[in-house]
Amino acid sequence: MPDLLDIRNLRIEATSYPPGEAPRDVVLVDDVSVSVAKGKVLGLIGESGAGKSTIGLSAMAYGRGGVRLTGGEILLNGRNIRLADPAALRALRGREVTYVAQSAAAAFNPAKRLMEQVIETSLTHGLMSRADAEKRAVMLFGKLGLPNPETFGTRYPHQVSGGQLQRAMTAMALCPKPDLVIFDEPTTALDVTTQIDVLAAIKEAIHDTGVAALYITHDLAVVAQVADDILVLRHGKKVEYGPTAQIITDPHQDYTRALVSVRSIDHVEKPEAPPVLSIQNVTARYRGTNFDVLKNVTVDLPAGQTLAVVGESGSGKSTLARAITGLLPPSQGRITFAGRELSRDLQSRSRDDLRELQMIYQMADTAMNPRQTVGTIIGRPLEFYFGMTGDEKRIRVQELLDEIEMGKGYIDRYPAELSGGQKQRVCIARALAAKPKLIICDEVTSALDPLVADGILKLLLNLQAQEHVAYLFITHDLATVKAIADRIAVMYRGQVVRYGSKTDVLTPPFDDYTDLLLSSVPEMQLGWLEQVLAHRKMESAGN
Amino acid sequence: MHPILKLVVQRIALGLLLLLAVSLLIFLGTEALPGDVAQAILGQSATPEALANLRESLGLNQPSYVRYFQWLGGILTGDFGVALTNGQDIGQAIGQRLGNTLFLATCAAVISVPLAILLGLVAARYNGRWPDKVISGVTLSTISLPEFVAAYFVIFLLTQVIPIFQPVAMVFPGMSFWDRLQAVALPVIVLVLVVLAHMMRMTRAAILNVMQSAYIETAELKGLSPMRVIWQHAFPNAIAPIVSVVVLNLAYLVVGVVVVEVVFGYNALGQYLVDHVAKRDLPVVQAVGLIFAAVYIGLNILADVIAIVANPRLRHPK
Repeated sequence: MPDLLDIRNLRIEATSYPPGEAPRDVVLVDDVSVSVAKGKVLGLIGESGAGKSTIGLSAMAYGRGGVRLTGGEILLNGRNIRLADPAALRALRGREVTYVAQSAAAAFNPAKRLMEQVIETSLTHGLMSRADAEKRAVMLFGKLGLPNPETFGTRYPHQVSGGQLQRAMTAMALCPKPDLVIFDEPTTALDVTTQIDVLAAIKEAIHDTGVAALYITHDLAVVAQVADDILVLRHGKKVEYGPTAQIITDPHQDYTRALVSVRSIDHVEKPEAPPVLSIQNVTARYRGTNFDVLKNVTVDLPAGQTLAVVGESGSGKSTLARAITGLLPPSQGRITFAGRELSRDLQSRSRDDLRELQMIYQMADTAMNPRQTVGTIIGRPLEFYFGMTGDEKRIRVQELLDEIEMGKGYIDRYPAELSGGQKQRVCIARALAAKPKLIICDEVTSALDPLVADGILKLLLNLQAQEHVAYLFITHDLATVKAIADRIAVMYRGQVVRYGSKTDVLTPPFDDYTDLLLSSVPEMQLGWLEQVLAHRKMESAGN
Repeated sequence: MHPILKLVVQRIALGLLLLLAVSLLIFLGTEALPGDVAQAILGQSATPEALANLRESLGLNQPSYVRYFQWLGGILTGDFGVALTNGQDIGQAIGQRLGNTLFLATCAAVISVPLAILLGLVAARYNGRWPDKVISGVTLSTISLPEFVAAYFVIFLLTQVIPIFQPVAMVFPGMSFWDRLQAVALPVIVLVLVVLAHMMRMTRAAILNVMQSAYIETAELKGLSPMRVIWQHAFPNAIAPIVSVVVLNLAYLVVGVVVVEVVFGYNALGQYLVDHVAKRDLPVVQAVGLIFAAVYIGLNILADVIAIVANPRLRHPK
């Protein structure tokens, strides 16, 4: 029997329009062959730009933007769909193959009720009656662990949480009983505590419905939990293709080995030291609300060390940064920095206060003026705080570029000409230029590929050793915390629920929330998901 | 209170406040003109005694704020005063013409709004291909023609070349509805040609903007037909910008069509206003100005309310 999906020598191209140059064709996917049998799950893994989503969408013969499927064969149920006409494609999309997008929040139509959207394909393709479709949708809502499956569909997308939307999207994909579902980073945008539940729900739904799946992700630990086979991609080419167990335990290629061992930096924590930043009983709320987003937060950050603030989205991590920087003046509490008490609001802080406290953001892209060169961007704080101009400034900028390991040739480039990791490095150099005592790093590696993120973390550690700068490191990623922190504060709903040295915080006994958080981080290990779920079941039964 | 109801009440209250401010502006504007009503009535050869007597009898000697509140009070009780030129009751004169204005505007709107939206959807569906180019080309040409040129062209075409309509759009009390429709056919055609392009272009732009969203990709990957994607998934999210432009054009159909009225001899508010501006009949100008302002503000409140109701986040709060 032929495989359900059989991709042979696939080649995908697009036209790129670099500014100031003639348009040229670029190859996104080159000579990739892969197949999925009925009821099996294939994991596609690689960094951004590796072509995983492009290959995933090619299973529906869909090219995003101007992407063209230029060569090879895409055999779906035995027939080549690469050059099928639009009517034939409409007939197979949403019926034989369905799609689960990364951001369900954006992928649901905000103007329509969930039920209408979930059963839409079953009706338009004439697969079942409205009553049957609704019944199946309710059954799927229940299977995916959504609350009140009977009435869940009457809600609008904005009325449910991100994790619930992701499950609803899975229900939408499964409703028309497709042969193949493409999951495109379905848990990447979720908190780690939500991710594990959604992952388990998806895995169970795949198993129970017997559907085949393409599971696309950049996180090898996640895909190891659901896939039967894994295809590792890089720059649009196959790196390695094999059964999941072999890829995880016995990778043949260097690149795969790097992916497997990623996030294994372990940082030895530094001994106690006098604090550079001391936050005492800080409480804050946004104007016009009567809800405290920070409640009585007390933490210290020793000079030249790293305090990691962890928690899920909405826990108040970034709000804490806003309170420290003065963007959100606290209603109560004191913030002491470098031996002096900081005034609450930004306007009444001295220039030294501003200089010694710098920030790096998650989105390096939006944190830089796209019309300024790297030299101008890094030179600005030199000019502003130290009055440097001309050659003096240029020499200092070059020194900073050397420090962030970017060397010559970058000073006159524009941000658009840099990669994601390089952009983040420039932001780090800009922060360093002010000679700060403290840098607040707000999810600085979250938008980066794992290997690139590792590079940034190593750089930050080196810089800390050289410059004796302290970091307040905000992240939701516990692997990052292990790699960089000296002290850890776990935040939940605006409060610090656990705080201390890294070893203390990460050593049992845990409080309930920290336990949940720590045990939810996917581990590069087969069967990890089942173990955690079984463990949790036992505990809840024991209670 | 439901948040929508609260927002609607807020908008209406703001609208009334705005209307009050406009009435003050209109009053002050006419106040600031050189000369006054007495002088306008008696003309330049008036003797100072005659002027003083007339001012006394018209109450013009009272301070302006007293006269403003008298004027405002009159309007609130339905009394717009009398026209200086012919002594007619302004309320009565306006009432009939306002009816004619609204009839013409409604006829034009009933045809042009659905047509513009439909053409906009089709143009968006075939974005950049020949149906889009034809629709855009034709509607942009008609909006580029001055109204009177379009009017004469339509008159020439439909009364001379193909003689199916009367060139004059005379209406009078007691006319049957059907006769009225026939009478306004030509001006309606001209107005449709004039307002179509703006609404069509905005519909097209709003739809194309929404077509960039991730949920449109979801709809395409569901294998839905292009027209269903546009109608079911794009249009409900593009209502707010479309409505705001539709309303702008509706307001224009009520307050801005004096040229078309004159060309077709249609007896409506625009022509009435321009006649009395020429004669410096200030009470009429004030009254009509206030009515036009009320129409503008009312329609814009309507647009706001529709935009609010079309937003599921406001309709169904968490």
